[in-house]
Amino acid sequence: MEPFLFYLILPLGLLVVGGLVGLIIQRRHYASIDRREAATRSLTALTFDPEDWEASASSLVRGSVVMSPDHLRRFLSWLKGLVGGRLRSLEPVLDRGRREAVLRMKEAALAAGHDAILNIRLETCRIASSRSDGKGTTGVELVAYGTGITRARP
Amino acid sequence: MLISNTERIPGKTINDFHGVVAGNTVRAKHLGRDIMAGLKNIVGGELKGYTELLQEARQEALRRMQEQAKSLGANAVVNVRLATSSVAQGAAELFAYGTAVTVE
Repeated sequence: MEPFLFYLILPLGLLVVGGLVGLIIQRRHYASIDRREAATRSLTALTFDPEDWEASASSLVRGSVVMSPDHLRRFLSWLKGLVGGRLRSLEPVLDRGRREAVLRMKEAALAAGHDAILNIRLETCRIASSRSDGKGTTGVELVAYGTGITRARP
Repeated sequence: MLISNTERIPGKTINDFHGVVAGNTVRAKHLGRDIMAGLKNIVGGELKGYTELLQEARQEALRRMQEQAKSLGANAVVNVRLATSSVAQGAAELFAYGTAVTVE
């Protein structure tokens, strides 16, 4: 009886705890993202390079983050994966990660004294899981990079 | 050394081209970080250990690319691209490449 309970309660407990704590972490993360996005709005961010923009200084600026969904989300996405369609539980994880990567890039540009970022590129890469059966720790890396410039004052 | 992912170094003129330069590194995560990340996996969110690991690795790939550019007599690299791929269990390759140039 007892081993049975142990093997039933432990995974269920991890699902519930993971889901609840994950939700709190997500809410805090979104609050932090909203606040920092408002604070960095003065920085010009472009996904192309206007070639007539002159600059007195420039450098490559980057931001990256490795994100992981919580146990409950991973379980829900597995369930939804059986029937296919939109995996609503995973979308916020990638959205948070990408916005976080962009914010870190912007913060790096501001720290370097830049006032614009040109030719911004966003990349996503799944980090290999640590076990051959595809289980174990998984993560997705979100990267943002671009050319930070300090615009020449005429 | 000046680096950009645009076709120019903003504010400078390109005088000479030296061809493609690249730098790579393959990194695996170590056990301590993996255990921490495994715990963090339960509640989700950022896996800080992995973020740092990949950041250091990308820095290394960029450094190797710059060394190659320097050995060619260049003082800048333009149109830099960053790429990541999972090559083996628990390991990732970080790759950076661009065109070595001489400015001004």
